[in-house]
This record gives sequence, structure tokens and C-alpha cells, in this order.
Amino acid sequence: MRTLTLDAEGWPGHRPGQHLDVRLTAEDGYQAERSYSIASPPGEPLAITVERLEDGEVSPYLVDEARDGDGFEVRGPIGGYFVWEDDGRPVFLVGGGSGVVPLMAMIRSTSGTTPIRLLYSSRTFEDIIYRQELQDRAGNRLEVFHTLTRGHPPGWTGYTRRIDNEMLTEVAWPAAEQPHVFICGSTRFVDAAADGLVGLGYPPLSIRTERFGATGG
Amino acid sequence: MADERRLDGNAIGGMMLELFGVEMTTVTEICGSCGTADVFAQTEVYMDAPGTVVRCAHCKAVLMRVVRGRDRTWVDLSGLRTIELPG
Repeated sequence: MRTLTLDAEGWPGHRPGQHLDVRLTAEDGYQAERSYSIASPPGEPLAITVERLEDGEVSPYLVDEARDGDGFEVRGPIGGYFVWEDDGRPVFLVGGGSGVVPLMAMIRSTSGTTPIRLLYSSRTFEDIIYRQELQDRAGNRLEVFHTLTRGHPPGWTGYTRRIDNEMLTEVAWPAAEQPHVFICGSTRFVDAAADGLVGLGYPPLSIRTERFGATGG
Repeated sequence: MADERRLDGNAIGGMMLELFGVEMTTVTEICGSCGTADVFAQTEVYMDAPGTVVRCAHCKAVLMRVVRGRDRTWVDLSGLRTIELPG
């Protein structure tokens, strides 16, 4: 896992939740292109947080090899659907693994008056991205709920299982409060969380989802 | 893990921006097979085929196929009834 700050000339600015595409070109002209969620809030230096995927074509370069001053092609900002406009209504964010990255851009861009709840599923304690920052930001207006699916340290007080309906019932805002919902993670994770919330009475159209692949990044 | 191959239309936002010149994930499409209207962000997308395949999230029919070559891009839109572009 690595966060890279990009100096993208002419970057027009972005909205929380948007992503960008990174394109790498090999000497023989072969190109590989992948999407990465923007982690920084609007108005701050553009940053992406990249998870290294073993069989990936782009993420091993970004995580292991890219150095200060390296250049590569970036296209963006991209997306208008998985984007949060802060209108004061409560927000429920559900992230699995690196699916927390666009949600972090939302948390970082909040005015501080909008109530936000984050339900964040990680494999292990060590896999929790932005762990310290989330702890520091948590308070009145931001409530953070962690769940660990593959083991937990002694004294862990968070959840210790995959997201299920019981967990969603305990953590999600009541549907009557008409919260905005953003769910990002692997396909299976997003489908399970979205189905669970629909079961709790959330209108399907109030749930915005973004799925990413488990391989190939 | 067949299910994990399925992404959604957010994943093709960049490619669609390049093809159509506008933000497309919020654009409404109508499926040529079942007539369901949906935004592209909610379509089902497979990017591990030789090209990119976009399917209707409701009836699973193919809406669109895109194959990129070195100096050209082939776009099959035959599964779409309409798309509603902004502006």
C-alpha cells in the first residue's frame, strides 16, 4: 500500500469519490491502464492510494518502483455517479479493503457538520488503511466501525466477521433519515452490502456503488 | 471466482470519456433487449475479455462491446436502444 502525490499539470480539480486513470507505456509501445480512486479532498495536492496486486501490471510499479520526479500519463478526473455532494444529510460509507480510498476523500472533504458513519471491513488489523487518521478524525460527526475478517489482535473491540445484515442494522442510519450511501469494494462485498441495505428499507436509488476487481491492477 | 470478474460502469468512465468526450457514468442508457433505463455506472462490466463488454444489470443482455487496437477502437453499440447525452 502506498500513497502517491501527483503533480498533474492542468488538473482541473475533482470531487470526492472520483477516480483517475494511470497509463504506463513500455519501451515497445505496450500500454497498461488502470483506475485509481483519488484519496485527497478537493483543493489539496492530488493523491492516490494504491494497493499492490501480485499479478498487476500497474500497481507494482506505482507501489515499489515509482520515485520522486517520475512521470506517467494520468487521465481524469473521472466519474460523476460515485460522487458526494455535501447537503447536510447523514452519510453512510461502507468500504471493503482499498475501497475505503474514495470514501476517505469524502471524509477528508467534510465541513465537519454533516454526520458520517463509516463501516470499514479489512482482512487484518495491519491491513487497515488510514488507521491512525481515522482514529484521529473520529468523534461527534464521524463514527468509524471496523470489522476484521481474517483474525484480530487481543483486546480488539470491533466486529470480527464479514458484513452481514445484523451488522448493518446496528451501524446504518435508519432509512427514514434518508442518508446518502456510498459502498466501494470488491464486487462480492458491494453486492452483499447493497443487498443488505435494500433489505433494511433503503431505496435502491439512494445507494451508490463502485466495484473493483480483485486481480489485474 | 467468476463473480469477481464483474465490475460496474464506473470502471469504464475513463474509456467512455475518451470515446464520447463527456462524463458518461451518469448518462442514462436504455437496454435494447428489456427496455430498462439505467445509468452507465450501474451497468455490469467485464474487462478481462479480449475487449470490454457492458451488460444490462437487469436482463444481462450485451449493451456494448469495445475493442481497442493500437491505432483504432471498435465500438459495437447494437445492444443499446438509446443513450441520453447531456447538453
